[in-house]
Amino acid sequence: MPATLAMHMSDGLLDAPASVLFLVIGGVGVLLALVRARGALDDRTAPMAGLVAAFIFAVQMLNFPVLPGVSGHLLGGALAAILVGPWVGALCIAIVLVVQALVFADGGLSALGANVTNLALIGTAVGFLVALGLRGLVRKGRGGLVATAFVAAFASTVVASLGFVAEYAIGGDPAFDLGTIATTVVGVHCLIGIGEGIITALTVGAIAAVRPDLVYLLRGERRPLEVSA
Amino acid sequence: MKNRTFLFGFLIVALVLAGGVSYLASSSPDGLDHATLQGCEETDAGLTGQCVAQNATDHDLAESPLADYAVSGAEGTTGLAGVIGVLITVAVAGGLFWLLRRRTPTRG
Repeated sequence: MPATLAMHMSDGLLDAPASVLFLVIGGVGVLLALVRARGALDDRTAPMAGLVAAFIFAVQMLNFPVLPGVSGHLLGGALAAILVGPWVGALCIAIVLVVQALVFADGGLSALGANVTNLALIGTAVGFLVALGLRGLVRKGRGGLVATAFVAAFASTVVASLGFVAEYAIGGDPAFDLGTIATTVVGVHCLIGIGEGIITALTVGAIAAVRPDLVYLLRGERRPLEVSA
Repeated sequence: MKNRTFLFGFLIVALVLAGGVSYLASSSPDGLDHATLQGCEETDAGLTGQCVAQNATDHDLAESPLADYAVSGAEGTTGLAGVIGVLITVAVAGGLFWLLRRRTPTRG
């Protein structure tokens, strides 16, 4: 039964083959991120990245109302990608999900692969690619950066929710109509995406105001060759 | 802003959000849970009707001391659980990233 404070997919929603499939996909993605993250981590950015993970853990606890009887919370993929880059960002979210599943019994153990795939891989990748696509806007100054953060976070949330729909299509209970599930999940996540966008924009804006050098997306602007270092 | 000041401030913000602001969080089901509950009604006896969430099984670690963001299931301990969670996360993530980092910043 879903607990009030559950934030992620429980066990039992996906069948065993799909759970294993997404454990493999999530695992491969995290391994790739571990290899690629090194290029973005040094004495200055490593502590920042640890705090970004802790901050996302904290903000994920803050469910905000989106409809009567329905809430949403930060997923954090776009925020992590903008602040610490896509590879380190994916690791930040994956660590948050592992801590939540192992310590707080939130997010099923067999569903961990699916949750990592949606939030850590899809959420971070989409957030980063949208932010990268809006480079021209980012160059226009802090307002542009904040607007980019909003749009990237919104898109990241909606596409991550599509990840759940795809997973349910592969390994869900066929007794339930996928179209109905998809409409509800994606519809509600359009609303949650607005909250995600506001939180991401406020956070990125505040950090860019005091320490722009710690915002990965801005560093990428000055030294674009480092993006895939 | 100095690096140490910034990092310390960032940690304090995370601790205040998890330890205090978390009490203001909505307790309604989140978007995903809402979708899986479509077709069901929540009653004292459990879920009635037909919905995806009925397939959900209990968490394997549901009896762990910090399950459901409460300390030993005690009411009103969300904040303490949140503070512990922030500290665990920063230790695990910060430790991993510190081990992974490049030791010489100029190496390409």
